Amino acid sequence: MRKHLSIGLAAILLASLVMTACGGGAASGYKVGMVTDMGGIDDKSFNALGWKGIEDGIKELGIEGSYLESQQQTDYATNITQYVNQETDLIVTVGYMLADDTASFAAANPDVNFAIVDFSYAPPIDNVRGLTFATDQASFMAGYIAAAVTKTGKVACFGGINIPSVAIFMVGYEAGVKYYNEKHGTNVEVLGWDTAANNGVFVGNFESTDDGRRTGEEFLAEGADVIMAVAGPVGQGTAEAVQAAGNAWFIGVDADWTVTASKYSDIILTSVLKNIDVAVLDTIKSASASGFAGFGGESYVGTLANNGVGLADVASGAISNDIEDELEDVRQGIIDGTIDSGWETYLSNL
Amino acid sequence: MDDKTVASAIANAVQQPKSGAPTPKGQHRRGGWLRQLLVPLLAIITALILGALVIAFTDESVFQAFGGGFGRGVGQAFSVIGRAYGAFFSGAFGNPVRIISALISGQGAQIRRAIYPLMETLRISTPYIFAGLAVALGFQGGVFNIGAEGQYFIAGLVTVFVGYAIKGLPAIVHLPLALLAGVVGGGLWGAIPGYLKAKTGAHEVINTIMLNYIAFRLAEFMLDANGLMARGDGRPVSPEIQPSAYLPQFFPNQVELRVNVGFFLALAAAALVWWLLYKTTLGYEIRTVGANPRAARYAGMSVARTIVITMALSGALAGLSASTDILGVLHYMPNAFSSGYGFDAIALALLGKSHPFGVVLASLLFGALRAGAQNMQGIAQVPVDLTSIVQGLIIVFIAAPEIIRKLYRLRQPVEGEELVTVRGWGGA
Repeated sequence: MRKHLSIGLAAILLASLVMTACGGGAASGYKVGMVTDMGGIDDKSFNALGWKGIEDGIKELGIEGSYLESQQQTDYATNITQYVNQETDLIVTVGYMLADDTASFAAANPDVNFAIVDFSYAPPIDNVRGLTFATDQASFMAGYIAAAVTKTGKVACFGGINIPSVAIFMVGYEAGVKYYNEKHGTNVEVLGWDTAANNGVFVGNFESTDDGRRTGEEFLAEGADVIMAVAGPVGQGTAEAVQAAGNAWFIGVDADWTVTASKYSDIILTSVLKNIDVAVLDTIKSASASGFAGFGGESYVGTLANNGVGLADVASGAISNDIEDELEDVRQGIIDGTIDSGWETYLSNL
Repeated sequence: MDDKTVASAIANAVQQPKSGAPTPKGQHRRGGWLRQLLVPLLAIITALILGALVIAFTDESVFQAFGGGFGRGVGQAFSVIGRAYGAFFSGAFGNPVRIISALISGQGAQIRRAIYPLMETLRISTPYIFAGLAVALGFQGGVFNIGAEGQYFIAGLVTVFVGYAIKGLPAIVHLPLALLAGVVGGGLWGAIPGYLKAKTGAHEVINTIMLNYIAFRLAEFMLDANGLMARGDGRPVSPEIQPSAYLPQFFPNQVELRVNVGFFLALAAAALVWWLLYKTTLGYEIRTVGANPRAARYAGMSVARTIVITMALSGALAGLSASTDILGVLHYMPNAFSSGYGFDAIALALLGKSHPFGVVLASLLFGALRAGAQNMQGIAQVPVDLTSIVQGLIIVFIAAPEIIRKLYRLRQPVEGEELVTVRGWGGA
């Protein structure tokens, strides 16, 4: 009996082999495909946010969207090829690790449009839109808040690896604290990053929650009572350390941590948002609009003004109404350029 | 009696009938190799069937259809499985009808697109063959090389460095040099645990795992965005290698067709390993040490020397899987180069019964599985993780052949026919 069952199943398997290639019946819509990096679609970060942008596009614009996950460095090209073969209109590649493959496929397929998250080419490539983010603008505001809530006069931050897309958060954060000091005549100190020295604390990876906890405990021991972690999931360890201490705040980055890491909600002061979904949706909107004449190598920069970066809701009761008003002024100042959020200056001083 | 006769007498007495091992004439059973293939084949089929069940039971539409009646549910399940495995097979081997019609039409673009899946399978198989051979050679010599992944990283670092840092060499010098760098890098990294085992008795399983960590962190250190080997554009990747170090691709102007000469190098390596193991004195020594080190020592072989050589060769093969991927496919080395080849290699060696040609077949299978899964993901929205499930099931069935035998009512193997792939801990 068992034998017959397995033979039967084997026959079905063979039958399915024969039924090859019946897919591909496409509707007429605009097709968007996203290729993830090795973090996978459930990374609660870049890939998940990028996909949210496409889902929003499906809802708002009625486009067709799908994603392909990559498990290895060599999968990027495989997945891009699949989208090219499916005549996808816009291919979104997530993360700078896909930059080389995106560039070579963009050159080989000039009639397909590409967008790459967190990278821009110099010189630009005509049919690729680089999606970059002025996260220093939002983390400037986070630094301002941190300086306002600290009781010990010490706030901290650390990064995963010292690369520009990480350092930019820390530069903005320090600038925000300094701006607060200037306005209020305080002397709040920043641990873990020094823009002038171009150096800070980096755990060296984007994985180890143990490193996050250890670093968090060290900062707490040094007297910091606000910690921002720019290291992806590493920050979960830090949040745990902060929660255990009970008398400090944590600032998340990229996504709203009260949503993605809700068990730490009670100690999350705010989150510096890198609204990749907004950037992707914006790209889909402009590329799928009638009369779209190509990106022309132009890249997208997410700012406070276009909501490409932003600040999540601040923990209720953490800051006074006065600070809230000041924060609105800071936001306006950054948008109209009267306040320097730090990154451009930092780059020019390198 | 000279040493050689003693050795062969002992090796025969040990009776470690690895496939192709010295078998006295006349005892060779007809169709023996077919019987050897039966369990792996049934393991693969069973794993695919279970994979189909996973696909059906994780699909929402199947559950909805079951709500509308049992028959409808079963029908929907079959249509979901058919769609998924259809995409799977066309992603792994291409659509035969399309290949033939493309060949008849004679149009380059059509042909390229039709054969792309098959080429992709060969491309993915290439590093698998090298890594699988590395672990298989270790098994033959009685050492368990879990360090293939670390050897892969070290070889990658050395290869890519030779690839980008040396400029102005003609390809005929540069390419072999870059390959050699991988061989030496991987070989040395493999020889370290071999030497430690031979001289101090430290178990190679522990040492290869520890050396893996050192290799990973070293690669991170070198390729970090500000690392010594970073490209300098803020990304944790190495510079691009010089075109003179490229392993020639068969379709040089097609970005998507990345199959390259590395595939033939891998086949040649398999033939070379076979020749080494079964046609040379060194290979005989490796197998004898693997079968019974005490007997080998009694026969006058240097067990220590053989273990070091086995591990070095194993490391060199693992290194080539990195070198061919970097020189033939990627043309640079990224940080977070988590290949997984080194660990899949253990499965490949088991599946291939530690025989070089078995490893080639197993690698082609794994290549097909991965190429197919990538296509299945796109067309049928089945997560790529399904390959890992299928691969895992295959290994379980290979490692515990009793399950397959019970399931398919196969007769028990005759004493001595069964292959011992890995001996237990401390056996050596």
